[in-house]
Amino acid sequence: MNTQAEHKPSSVEFSDVVEHDGGRKTMTLNMGPQHPSTHGVLRLVLELDGETVVSCEPVIGYLHTGIEKSLESKLYYKALPMTDRMDYMSPMSNNLGFCLAIEKLLDIEEAIPARAKWIRVLMAELTRINSHLVWLGTHAIDLGAMSMFLYAFRDREAILDIYEIVSGQRMMSSYFRVGGLMDDVPKSFHKSVRRILTELPKRIDEYEDLLTNNRIWQMRTIGVAKISAENAINGGLTGSSLRGSGVKYDVRKAFPYSDYDKFDFKVPVGEHGDVFSRYQVRMYEMRESLKIVQQALDGLPEGPIRAHVPGVVLPPKPDVLSKMESLIYHFKIITDGFKVPRGSVYVPIESGKGEIGFFIDSDGTNVPNRVRVRPPSFVNLSALPSMVEGSLVSDVVAAIGSLDIVLGEIDR
Amino acid sequence: MGLEEKIPEGIALTTVDTMVNWARKRSIWPLGFGLACCAIEMMSTFASRFDVSRFGMEVMRSSPRQADLIIVSGRVTQKMAPVLRKLYEQMPDPKWVISMGACASCGGVFNNYAIIQGVDRVVPVDIYMPGCPPRPEQLIDGILKLHAKIEKESLRSKPKSTVTRAQSTDATSKKAEA
Amino acid sequence: MEDKLRTFLKDLFGEKILSEYTHRGQLSFYIQPQALREIAVALKNDSDLKFDFLTDITVVDHQGQAWEKDGRFEMVYIFLSLKNTFQFMLRAKLPENAATMPTLSKDWACANWLEREVWDLMGIKFEGHPELTKILTVDELVGHPLRKDFGITYEMPQFSHNSDEIEVVPDNPHH
Ligand code: SF4
Repeated sequence: MNTQAEHKPSSVEFSDVVEHDGGRKTMTLNMGPQHPSTHGVLRLVLELDGETVVSCEPVIGYLHTGIEKSLESKLYYKALPMTDRMDYMSPMSNNLGFCLAIEKLLDIEEAIPARAKWIRVLMAELTRINSHLVWLGTHAIDLGAMSMFLYAFRDREAILDIYEIVSGQRMMSSYFRVGGLMDDVPKSFHKSVRRILTELPKRIDEYEDLLTNNRIWQMRTIGVAKISAENAINGGLTGSSLRGSGVKYDVRKAFPYSDYDKFDFKVPVGEHGDVFSRYQVRMYEMRESLKIVQQALDGLPEGPIRAHVPGVVLPPKPDVLSKMESLIYHFKIITDGFKVPRGSVYVPIESGKGEIGFFIDSDGTNVPNRVRVRPPSFVNLSALPSMVEGSLVSDVVAAIGSLDIVLGEIDR
Repeated sequence: MGLEEKIPEGIALTTVDTMVNWARKRSIWPLGFGLACCAIEMMSTFASRFDVSRFGMEVMRSSPRQADLIIVSGRVTQKMAPVLRKLYEQMPDPKWVISMGACASCGGVFNNYAIIQGVDRVVPVDIYMPGCPPRPEQLIDGILKLHAKIEKESLRSKPKSTVTRAQSTDATSKKAEA
Repeated sequence: MEDKLRTFLKDLFGEKILSEYTHRGQLSFYIQPQALREIAVALKNDSDLKFDFLTDITVVDHQGQAWEKDGRFEMVYIFLSLKNTFQFMLRAKLPENAATMPTLSKDWACANWLEREVWDLMGIKFEGHPELTKILTVDELVGHPLRKDFGITYEMPQFSHNSDEIEVVPDNPHH
């Protein structure tokens, strides 16, 4: 074990005004961790020359929850609810990545029934819209558009209602399971989703009316916090932040998972890599997600919602009540979990924030040896200094908002 | 006993306590302070559908010096605890604390090296709220419970105690030893 | 694509590529730890392969397992070629007493934070990293929490029925 002496504290000393050679003075400003527009508990240490940012250093870890450590102490299926609590804007995407990774390790991908896959896609896309709506509301309120926040949260409630009818929980749904879903969707599901499909496109038009051609919005976003395609790739950006710079990379297209190759949708890319481009990309993505939801709902196949893999996936409830073996399997899985063969895989998926990947290493037992989450927000945030250095201090807020970070997943 | 008849028209009797408590409970300004997932539900509470301004508290303050109530919405980490304590100390008296969610109340599902097992080790808590996350209705209910609690407070009691659960149990155990 | 990558690595680096490992269709190469940077940069600069996207850096602790003797830590680097839409991993086993890797932070901007995280949580050192300091954990925390010998520090929950048995920790030990 390394000694304490090797740990240099990461915190930055707060200092007021520093005088440089030649009489130039800069001021160090501490922003956060309690600040209304850092989207949680992000802390930035800014060095300012007048209103210009000379350097910016994000200080993170204020929400470090030790999720990766806790996951190592739980059975595979019991670890699932913890993944919701990482990126809490898109719980279902996290569930999906985690389940897919375990399914890959178990080699049961082929056994997943089509209905489960399609419902997963449907819910994952609603989750993306949910995540983008929270982004839109908070990003807009940071830049002064108060009513956007109220509108976005109003429309988000409709999606949370769907979460609630399928899983019983508004936010931390833990609806997906290794091998399928927790339960089939209830009858009212179709109607509720259809309502979103008819309402939301109108609402998105409304948002665009309010923002896209708004002079204030344009002045605060166009040309602000630019990042070139080359730098974005070098900085590991993913998701809408990468596509805003014109790089067409989307995990759903590049490495299709969960039947995404059967859906018809476009991947929008921006041109300029500024806050406005990222805004446009996300707005367009919401419409594309709605298209996917429409296709998934129209073509939803009938059939079971859980794979038939005895000893790993819970048998259907009627069987448990009537068949002896099913009851035994049920009991065994609940008490002991299931064993996963030795080996490690990395499974990426496209969440609302970018490429979230699960690297799981199994040592052949019923608890994972290591679960690593590739955090999109973490990597995206590390590009923030290069985006804001040299710009005005008020643009920092716009840049943070446009990266769409969530601290729960950065700090894990 | 006929006393009411002797009071002139247009005068109502009350105690200073009741007056002050009534005024206090109707104008709580919460600190705009979000930690984790629960903060998103807190934001929903402040947004359109639930609209907490019906209870006189839509004014979120970003500075602790203007706030009366801190809603600890989410998990408090070892790194955040000193910051939280500082924020609490910067708030002027009288001040109240709502511990929102399982994590803030007892550590929730995260029993490990990083998370403080209950925010009451750091600041004194008035209302504990279970749930992961609590629904907005639950938060509103918690706020109403806080209102009821404020109504019972008295100006004569000492300013809010600032000891945490750990310190107070420390003191009691010492007393027991002696 | 797999063959192209294989021949490229074998031709240029020969000895430095120790073995190949495919699990569930995912390709990895075990390499000598010190050769990481030259291999990665060569893959990045090759105009045909063009592995220009560093997706992730992570590490696995194998303490207590039968295969710990091959090296306690296993570094995993995930590379992506946007041009060819191909992903693969480079892995390196590290013994406990020489847990050091060359840094990639000069070639990929994102490696800076990813390496800091690995150092903070697992205690792997990166030679030549500009600022290898804690990033997530609290400054007072001693040790690297993701290592297997660092306990999860589970705390018994206190209920009314066991409140006498359980001692309340006087206060947060770090402050
Ligand atoms: S109680 Fe649940 S929802 Fe709230 S912060 Fe903790 S994990 Fe998140």
